[in-house]
Amino acid sequence: MKEYQTITEISGPLVFAEVDEPVGYDEIVEIETADGEVRRGQVLDTSSGTVAIQTFEGTGGIDRESSVRFLGETMKMPVTEDLLGRVLDGSGNPIDDGPDIVPDERRDIVGAAINPYSREYPEEFIQTGVSAIDGMNTLVRGQKLPIFSGSGLPHNDLALQIARQATVPEEEGDEDSEFAVIFGAMGITAEEANEFMDDFERTGALERSVVFMNLADDPAVERTVTPRLALTTAEYLAFDKGYHVLVILTDMTNYCEALREIGAAREEVPGRRGYPGYMYTDLAQLYERAGRIKGQEGSVTQIPILTMPSDDITHPIPDLTGYITEGQILVDRDLNSQGLQPPINVLPSLSRLMDDGIGEGLTRGDHGGVSDQIYAAYAEGEDLRDLVNIVGREALSERDNKFLDFADRFEEEFVEQGYDTNRDIDETLDIGWDLLSMLPKEELNRVDEEYIEEYYVEEESAEVPADD
Amino acid sequence: MSKATDSDVREDGIIESVSGPVVTATDLDARMNDVVYVGHEGLMGEVIEIEGNLTTIQVYEETSGVSPGEPVESTGAPLSVDLGPGMLDSIYDGVQRPLDVLEEKMGSAFLDRGVDAPGIDLEQTWEFTPEVEEGDEVSNGSIVGTVPETESIDHKVMVPPDTLGEDETAEVVSIESGAFTVEETVAELDTGDEIQMRQEWPVREARPTVNKQTPTEPLTSGQRILDGLFPLAKGGTAAIPGPFGSGKTVAQQSLAKFADADIVVYIGCGERGNEMTEVIDDFPDLPDPQTGNPLMARTCLIANTSNMPVAARESCVYTGITIAEYYRDMGYDVALMADSTSRWAEAMREISSRLEEMPGEEGYPAYLAARLSEFYERAGYFENINGTEGSVSAIGAVSPPGGDFSEPVTQNTLRIVKTFWALDADLAERRHFPAINWDESYSLYRDQLDPWFKENVADDWPDQRQWAIDVLDEEGELQEIVQLVGKDALPEDQQLTLEVARFLKEAWLQQNALHDVDQYCPPEKTYHILGAIKTFNDEAFDALEAGVPVDEITDIDALPRLNRIGTTPDDEAEEFVEELEEEITEQLRALY
Repeated sequence: MKEYQTITEISGPLVFAEVDEPVGYDEIVEIETADGEVRRGQVLDTSSGTVAIQTFEGTGGIDRESSVRFLGETMKMPVTEDLLGRVLDGSGNPIDDGPDIVPDERRDIVGAAINPYSREYPEEFIQTGVSAIDGMNTLVRGQKLPIFSGSGLPHNDLALQIARQATVPEEEGDEDSEFAVIFGAMGITAEEANEFMDDFERTGALERSVVFMNLADDPAVERTVTPRLALTTAEYLAFDKGYHVLVILTDMTNYCEALREIGAAREEVPGRRGYPGYMYTDLAQLYERAGRIKGQEGSVTQIPILTMPSDDITHPIPDLTGYITEGQILVDRDLNSQGLQPPINVLPSLSRLMDDGIGEGLTRGDHGGVSDQIYAAYAEGEDLRDLVNIVGREALSERDNKFLDFADRFEEEFVEQGYDTNRDIDETLDIGWDLLSMLPKEELNRVDEEYIEEYYVEEESAEVPADD
Repeated sequence: MSKATDSDVREDGIIESVSGPVVTATDLDARMNDVVYVGHEGLMGEVIEIEGNLTTIQVYEETSGVSPGEPVESTGAPLSVDLGPGMLDSIYDGVQRPLDVLEEKMGSAFLDRGVDAPGIDLEQTWEFTPEVEEGDEVSNGSIVGTVPETESIDHKVMVPPDTLGEDETAEVVSIESGAFTVEETVAELDTGDEIQMRQEWPVREARPTVNKQTPTEPLTSGQRILDGLFPLAKGGTAAIPGPFGSGKTVAQQSLAKFADADIVVYIGCGERGNEMTEVIDDFPDLPDPQTGNPLMARTCLIANTSNMPVAARESCVYTGITIAEYYRDMGYDVALMADSTSRWAEAMREISSRLEEMPGEEGYPAYLAARLSEFYERAGYFENINGTEGSVSAIGAVSPPGGDFSEPVTQNTLRIVKTFWALDADLAERRHFPAINWDESYSLYRDQLDPWFKENVADDWPDQRQWAIDVLDEEGELQEIVQLVGKDALPEDQQLTLEVARFLKEAWLQQNALHDVDQYCPPEKTYHILGAIKTFNDEAFDALEAGVPVDEITDIDALPRLNRIGTTPDDEAEEFVEELEEEITEQLRALY
């Protein structure tokens, strides 16, 4: 290991140094300041004379006399099953005063792409206990399904509810598969972090979790490493230890801001809104680490959370995310101000893997039809609401009024359930049928007739099961 | 990739710098676009810039840990694909490495670096049957024999197009039937040239043809809105732009499943891993609606998912279209789907920005338009150099950021392609699938394909289509009024038009890609469904004129069954429609 005192330039998070021996791309670097503090960084650009280093912990205090050590290896994450129950900082160091971590193995955090040929297509239902997700945008094992939210919306409550309630309907002989939650926080406030930690401890979820915390006042550049550490741990637990791992990453917006910061410091040609042109590839390298592998027990399921700047879904961060992930769950400001818990707007939400994860033998045979029909009816009701604002309800036909009522009841009874209610899939679908039974049978053109026979509640006055 | 079979490695160079997928080297003796091996691990790359003694290389694999001073070897040949039997039923990455072989070689589900594999199996033997005899004259491209490649496809073994001089002919001096590997000689010419089943072709160069012809046959897709309103020709080009969630991939996959092409080349360019897995899982079990054989028997898959190296994403569309051209040379109709060309364009942008080139619009390189048009121009209905006719139809998905069609990739694509299937987020949100917007979409092939539809489906096909378009147009205008005053304020005849349009949308334009029957609708059935709606329309307006109120007209029992024609099995559909038409007529006439 060679040590240099050849720093030529320090700019933002970047340090440039001269070297006389070749240094590998992506290698880890330690920079020691005059007062003995050690910062870590990574090689961003290497040529025979100089290297550009991106520091994780900020460049404050580094001067031209600081020494630079190249460790000759790329960034690694020490992985072991003992990580479960531990809280780590954004660089993977324990911050919970627990014992030292004795790793089984040290893994490259960049992670290789899963060979598409070796993947197993995800089609096992994960029950989150949230009707708007289970019924309308079903999550399956190995999926990446982000939550698109906005500032000030209760996406964290929703994420916690999912982390708490998520279960996999057990198959026989499948007892070994356990559920683990990996929580990667990037740039969240200390208050939010406390909220998460309290909930994890209160519900005992911490035991089956690994928590990575990069807080809002931690160095921004570290945020580019945190999700990779989290996913490396997830892959290890899933594909070496057979866990079903749910990875929650929050907040991807902060991650992308960090990418932009590095890009700007490197004076790269910016893409849309100043974000680097390779942001799609970079995000894909995170999101695509979800999945299942043939012949392996475990799975990695991702729920990244992002706050859309000014609720704009066409902003590059949600836009690029939506192109990579398998759908999205949209948390809606209007529904939130109506007091719905969770305020999920099902119309722009989508789960691409839903169709293969539901139906006979997986959830229930009528699931697909019910979900399609509810969508169509709710969409029609939504449209009519605009019209009501102009002409008033009296001017509408009886049919239209039914759809309006449907939309209202859908929000109040199906979407609304509170963060502590755990509904199983049968309950969710039964509520769906109660709502659909408001409409005349002839309108139910998306459900197979046999299911209408079986589930349609003839009398409109039918009792709706109480929400417990 | 063929380079695994080449050992004539040339001069060494030395790595000068590494920045992501872009590596520079000094003292490298290589030409533009030559394939090189980078570093101790031998990562595959391609020369993209030469400046003095400095050569810039885009590397097709992850470059972590590669450092200056490591060697670079040039192969002296441009990026090429292996062409020969065994490509169908295969799944490749962006540089034609078979993914199943890679899995075996790497012994892991994760893609490792520096592992190479030939594009076609060099060990397997194929049963070769000569098509020419000793003493016959052949020229470039001539078919000398056939090999049964899959249940569906006879692979034609051709004289490689660069074997002889232009217009030169040669005599076959020996040719034998029997089992051969792709590298064994199956025929010898009097010029001394030996013909093997395997040939190579550089991916960035179009394979030669005699001329391009005007396409007159449709590439039917079994999708009602496409065949019925916006047909694509065999040899045509089409773009499917749409925001995320609007069903681009489902549309592309439906086309891959049901298009009446002989061969399908499906390029998953920078898209989701799970989606490719779905294709890999589904296609071997799905029957080809034309032949009944497994779909995989006519399909070549190229999967370069979004997390696989960006440079290989740039090359995957070229790999795909070169394979497509090769099958076209045999006289086949090939359909090529690229999902998504935006990811390809972004790969160009990423490489370009690493090269610090002057950016054009939105950071895309200035040559974006040229590359796109070059690619789509390789599609067409061709007369091949061996006298056969074949076609390559190119269908590119576009993923415009934020669903905004004014962005450079969509705009530059629209300047070239002749069919435009605009996906619409509003329709998708309403679960109207395929979410193709009928106002914005167009097909410039309509007129040249009408004679085919008249002859093969029905004489009044164009008239019926025009009727449907008119109704949908009128509905669009009426909806604007409805938004303001409500439906009941409209006069009765306009209300009826809205009802008719509703059936056009629900029973005809919408199609359930997940329903066993409805997912594929032959053109005849497309015609019959439209016919049934038209019958209702005509009878209903007669009834209205006779004084029957709209409510009563739309309340007849038979009507909801219009929505069930799509899910009626194809062989029963015609009868079902006939009965339904009778009942509708009867029930409506009973009202007055």
